[in-house]
Amino acid sequence: MTARVGVVTFPGSLDDGDAARAVRIAGAEPVRLWHGDPELHGVDAVVLPGGFSYGDYLRCGAIARFAPVMEKIVDAAAGGLPVLGICNGFQILCEAHLLPGALTRNQHLHFRNRDQILRIEATGTAWTNTFQPGQEVLIPVKNGEGCYVADTATLDALEAEGRVVARYVGGNPNGSQRDIAAITNPAGNVVGIMPHPEHAVEALTGPSLDGLGFFTSVLKHLVGAPA
Amino acid sequence: MPRVVVDVMLKPEILDPQGQAVANALPRLGVNDVASVRIGRRIEIDFTGEPDLDRAREIADKLLANPVIEDFTVHLVSADEPADARS
Repeated sequence: MTARVGVVTFPGSLDDGDAARAVRIAGAEPVRLWHGDPELHGVDAVVLPGGFSYGDYLRCGAIARFAPVMEKIVDAAAGGLPVLGICNGFQILCEAHLLPGALTRNQHLHFRNRDQILRIEATGTAWTNTFQPGQEVLIPVKNGEGCYVADTATLDALEAEGRVVARYVGGNPNGSQRDIAAITNPAGNVVGIMPHPEHAVEALTGPSLDGLGFFTSVLKHLVGAPA
Repeated sequence: MPRVVVDVMLKPEILDPQGQAVANALPRLGVNDVASVRIGRRIEIDFTGEPDLDRAREIADKLLANPVIEDFTVHLVSADEPADARS
């Protein structure tokens, strides 16, 4: 049976189309979810896409966290539903307390848009299990508020528990502490990543096909997951 | 009716690049005696009835501020107080 992966559209979402496309290219069925609809429609996993939900008013992701669909996602994530937050989706996951820390204004204040090398460090998550530990991948980064911050105790815990999923290599594009580009929750089903794997799934438009691994990982995870 | 004012500031240990950019611009105004600038947010809340400071604190904690990176204070002002009353 084809896995069904939900992609949420908030007002101001930008990359929901690309995320759904990446899901399809990976071999799953994308299911469009609407922010105001408190229903997950039986999806097997969820992607929170990039963009500027609710205009980034107040703080990035702060208002999206209270969208009706998010309450369902927070509950389902506690039960093991794989959730991937990309860019604005990562910000939403932090605001919803599914992931620790916060994303703040890039240290140099400039919006940064470039192809970025990442080193995948945690390959036990639902979204990175097709990568090799230490594997370097090339994925576009594009953010204005991608500087990951957390207190020292939280950062140390993330490192000690192997929850730093990916780090920036060859230059930190936004000042993130300890070069962190992606993290996961203790169970490994929720991953937040600042760069955009959904933009690196086709030779025509991406710098590589490396992003596809995130989406094929969740399919592999679902096949192995107990029903 | 008094108005509730919530002031939200980045925690002292969190870098404020926006404030730094402003501080770095001040010498161009001929201002050379400012050591640092930090930028926060002021939110004014008018309740339909009596102002409820506990409710305002809850709003601030859950939505207006992100306790991971920000601190907030809550206080009452007179609603007809002009915005520049402190100048």
